[in-house]
Amino acid sequence: MVDRKQEPILRVENLTKVFSSGVFFRQFTEAVREVSFEMYPGTIMSLIGESGSGKTTIGRMVLKLLRPTAGKIYFQEQDIATLRGKAELREYYRRVQGVFQDPFSSFNPLFRVDRVFDMVYDVFLPDVKDREERTREVLRKVNLNPERVLHQFPHQLSGGQLQRLLIARALLLDVKVLIADELISMLDASTRMGILNLLADICQSTGMSVLFITHDLALGYYISDYTMIMHRGRLVEQGATAEVYHNPIHPYTRMLFRSVPDIGHRWDPKEKFVPEQVSREIAEFYASNSGRGFAQVSSSHKVLMSLD
Amino acid sequence: MAVKDFWKRHENLYFAVSNKKVILGVTVFLAIVALAIFGPMVTPYDYEEFAGRGYQPPSKEHWFGTTIMGRDVFTQVVFGLRSTLLVGFLAGTIASAIGLVVGFVSGFFSGKAPDEGLMALTNIFMVIPSLTLLIILSAYLPYRGIATQAIIVAATAWPWTARAVRSQTLSLKSQEFVNLSRISAAPTFRIIREDIAANMFSYVFMVYILQFNGTILSSVGLEFLGLGPTRGISLGLVLQNAVNWNALHLGMWWWTIIPGLILTLMIVSLYFINTGLDEVFNPRLREM
Ligand SMILES: Nc1ncnc2c1ncn2[C@@H]1O[C@H](COP(=O)(O)OP(=O)(O)OP(=O)(O)O)[C@@H](O)[C@H]1O
Ligand SMILES: [Mg+2]
Repeated sequence: MVDRKQEPILRVENLTKVFSSGVFFRQFTEAVREVSFEMYPGTIMSLIGESGSGKTTIGRMVLKLLRPTAGKIYFQEQDIATLRGKAELREYYRRVQGVFQDPFSSFNPLFRVDRVFDMVYDVFLPDVKDREERTREVLRKVNLNPERVLHQFPHQLSGGQLQRLLIARALLLDVKVLIADELISMLDASTRMGILNLLADICQSTGMSVLFITHDLALGYYISDYTMIMHRGRLVEQGATAEVYHNPIHPYTRMLFRSVPDIGHRWDPKEKFVPEQVSREIAEFYASNSGRGFAQVSSSHKVLMSLD
Repeated sequence: MAVKDFWKRHENLYFAVSNKKVILGVTVFLAIVALAIFGPMVTPYDYEEFAGRGYQPPSKEHWFGTTIMGRDVFTQVVFGLRSTLLVGFLAGTIASAIGLVVGFVSGFFSGKAPDEGLMALTNIFMVIPSLTLLIILSAYLPYRGIATQAIIVAATAWPWTARAVRSQTLSLKSQEFVNLSRISAAPTFRIIREDIAANMFSYVFMVYILQFNGTILSSVGLEFLGLGPTRGISLGLVLQNAVNWNALHLGMWWWTIIPGLILTLMIVSLYFINTGLDEVFNPRLREM
């Protein structure tokens, strides 16, 4: 559960990212719009939303791979835009790490996969003597057989193996914040559970917090203490997982929960899913609300009431 | 043990020297280069000199026979090879250099002003029919040396390199492994060397070989049309003379087949090196 008494480890304020392209025919894509949230130590927060809603973009800004168009990100109350120089950046990445969505392109195809571990040792853990032994240890934690994966080229491994290598890489460091972008998308159901439980364990024992980016609602419910729902670049609803799942207010959130198929429930041609209807419902919802911005449903549950 | 360590450290070299295509290509190409270097030293004749009786098939005095007028074909071929290789080297280098810089800059600034400007320029150069431009330029220049010819050929050869390099840069930029190195706080020079340059290098090398090939072919084509260097000799000129004198109809195979064969061998050997190196650089293509 979210412990309000603690200071947030990461605080995001009015984060906005607009991509622009083209010189003669300028085009703007508003990928993220005025997103604010806080992450507390030892908690898992899931960020749920449809494809293209801006989840990855938020993660990239937190990892300082993209510069926000507006808004601020504070890590332990320090504005990360003010980090200067190699040394400060290195200390930031020692505490804040990520696993990217696409495991295949996360590895340089010309080098053996060991390189991603070596880079971590070279920069953050130069004094470690028994690199190989430590690597083997974290690999076994993510249920990988070191003999099968070490010294291989990336193209010789499967997506799920690569994904777990990246998780193992992040686990080498004692991170405070992990940005996990679709981190288990390529794993089978049982390996998935193993990894999720491992993450939850680590959060409990070390106080790590995880931003768990996914579009799988069931996984989100299983793992996270806190849930954020994203729609077209905006956070439309956020709160303690139980409250958001059991009392969804925003029409987009409601639609999401409606559209999850149950096990043992077959497709029925009479239940048509109409995307336009959802957009209409959302528009009506905003129009019918007099409030502006976010409304507080409870102390740990907020809903976007209108766009301004 | 020491030997094994050496190969472990220089894995690419190991794959290069054990790749049959690379070995074959390099051997043939080096033989041709050796011919261009040493041939002119060993021949007793000059390429313009009437060295003996005309219309002679290969013999002890004239290794590749003589032309109708009695010039020594071997001498013409080895001197011609020198200038053809030189043109290919110069033009290939110029075209690759321009293409690389333009492609890299516009890929790096994709979507921004430098990209749009450079790509507009590239597209203009691309749609100009290159042969027409070459003919016009060549015809207007009264004196043409090897350097002039190289520049003319390079001017029409660089655009496709630029486009290819741009798309390569773009795809590298969107690769997550650069980002992974960044969040590993890897030193910038390591990222540039291992993530960007290493992934570009094999590509650049191949672009260069292809340009070398392409520019040799277009300069031979120019010479064949009589638009080569105003003085001197080259493989294209040898072939042009042979065709002008109807060498094939007269049964003088040595005058056409031999220079043609050398030209073909050179191009083919470079293609072998090219595809072989692809296998060396790209772990996916290696036969393990
Ligand atoms: N580098 C970029 N340049 C321009 N537009 C971009 C860029 N990166 C992302 N976008 C756009 O920003 C929007 C959000 O993209 P983002 O990758 O954050 O979505 P996502 O929620 O992670 O989607 P998915 O679930 O498919 O991964 C998309 O419309 C995308 O086209
Ligand atoms: Mg994404």
